[in-house]
Amino acid sequence: MRFKILSLVAVVALVAACATPTTESGSGAGDGTYTGPGSQADLVANVGDRVQFCFDCYDLTPEARATLQKQAAWMKTNSNVKVVIEGHCDERGTREYNLALGHRRANAVYDYLTSLGVSANRMATISYGKERPENPGSDETAWAANRRAVTMVR
Amino acid sequence: MTQSLFARPFARPFACLFSALVMLSVAFWHTDAHAELTIDITRGVVEPMPLAVTDFYGAGASEKQFGADIARVVAADLERSGLFAPIDKKAFIQTGESLNVLPRFGDWRIINAQALVQGRVEMTTDGRLRVEFRLWDVLSEKQMVGLAYFTVPNNWRRVAHIVSDAIYKRITGEEGYFDTRIVYIAESGSKVARVKRLAIMDQDGENHRFLTDGRDLVLTPRFSPTLQEITYLSYYKGVPRVYIFNIDSGRQEALGDFPGMTFAPRFSPDGKSVIFSMSKNGNSEIYTLDLATRDVRQLTKHSAIDTSPSFSPDGQYIVFNSDRSGTQQLYSMNKNGGDVKRISFGDGRYATPVWSPRGDWIGFTRMHKGTFYIGVMRPDGSGERLLTQGFLVEAPTWAPNGRVLMYFRQDRNDKQGKGGRTRIFSIDFTGNNEREVVTPLDASDPAWSPLIP
Repeated sequence: MRFKILSLVAVVALVAACATPTTESGSGAGDGTYTGPGSQADLVANVGDRVQFCFDCYDLTPEARATLQKQAAWMKTNSNVKVVIEGHCDERGTREYNLALGHRRANAVYDYLTSLGVSANRMATISYGKERPENPGSDETAWAANRRAVTMVR
Repeated sequence: MTQSLFARPFARPFACLFSALVMLSVAFWHTDAHAELTIDITRGVVEPMPLAVTDFYGAGASEKQFGADIARVVAADLERSGLFAPIDKKAFIQTGESLNVLPRFGDWRIINAQALVQGRVEMTTDGRLRVEFRLWDVLSEKQMVGLAYFTVPNNWRRVAHIVSDAIYKRITGEEGYFDTRIVYIAESGSKVARVKRLAIMDQDGENHRFLTDGRDLVLTPRFSPTLQEITYLSYYKGVPRVYIFNIDSGRQEALGDFPGMTFAPRFSPDGKSVIFSMSKNGNSEIYTLDLATRDVRQLTKHSAIDTSPSFSPDGQYIVFNSDRSGTQQLYSMNKNGGDVKRISFGDGRYATPVWSPRGDWIGFTRMHKGTFYIGVMRPDGSGERLLTQGFLVEAPTWAPNGRVLMYFRQDRNDKQGKGGRTRIFSIDFTGNNEREVVTPLDASDPAWSPLIP
């Protein structure tokens, strides 16, 4: 019985995850946030909004490049969208150096998207250093998740 | 551009005291006839000197209360320095008004007091507080220093710190650091959406105030040597830029309108310019801005990260952080950006260099194999010593006498982001006497003020 309930929950969750990108009307989520084409939700679900970095690195991995190629295509499809690229670091560095490193990461994404034909005036960059971790933990998993550049729809 | 983000009239004890305080010497002579009562604070471990701080005598009830409060703050200051061991008041034999005539030194030798502090508080007819104190060498029965101060009653804490500074200076030969303040970042809330506020307090944690309301992310505050201003980083309106905050008026002003992110600010030793980093197209370089002429100069030109600049106290050199060798290391250069030299060569990475106000040491953060350290080295990189370590220790700042540092310590978080408390500690430059500086909330990025003029 217990197992059955668990699988039911899993099914519901999967359906919900699929539902977001198939919203054609773009009327939005329940809270009024637009979730249609060109939205942050669309970017997250169908393209991937972020790339990860190794420790103290800002070079783009092959996986990162693949994601950014999809982002560039998505930017062409949604030609009105403007984005801010946020650069983030893990907590294993000092604050000021991490602000600089986060800016390097954001600009690595910016430069690559520019090289793929995305217009520079549709993009801006910002660094949060180690100030806005996504995962609050203090272990390798958390640090890997926090070393990221995230493309945010403005 | 000027915005008043958190304008609030500053309770003005500091400004008032500056004009209202009159200091006069009651009596002051050097005693050469016997071995001086001294403490050499450059030695590694110092045996704290037993001293007695008696309640300052007051005739009336309110004067008596001020007298007891001042003595308590003086004793706490001296105790926290690690150099003095104030004797429990319960052990005192001589108390009350008789002390005011002359100490009975035998009574103080019995309880092993080497030094004795006594004083008197009087409310003058114009409503001011007159505070006098004397420091006695119990063994030689000689007065080492005697001073009197006039101030408005609200400033009694500052007078206590000034008394502490006078005692510290007379016995150690070094300038004191008790009449100072700390500006820092107060932290609260979840680790993924931390609320950070600019806050200020006396060096002993008293007179705590928040200077900003937490709406904007703020980081890395640093005092102006002229004291009334703080330079720091704010994400006001979502744009990370260097600002200057006026403590008296509560106003904040952007340092300038730059084409990139500006961060890592510090004042020059004369307070007339700010040195900082600007990151343009992902490349961080070091610049100075002259506050009077608004003249901007670029000092570094390198594809590496160049940040965390700090002037030598004579303004002739700058120490900074760069990864131009591949990892974060410390470099020095002259004030024009020339003669760049790497000064850190140990294992691991080095960061956050900050020149001591005395010029003789540079404090830094070092990272090696998953551990963070606070250390000091000579300006040429020699004589490196690590003072403390932890999961994360960062951002040393010097007391104005160059003998004590503060830094912050962050503990490790669990998977839910709990447990990672962030607190400020002080430590002697010898590595001794490490103590938490208690703050109402979590605390990071401390910056020590100069001595209040």
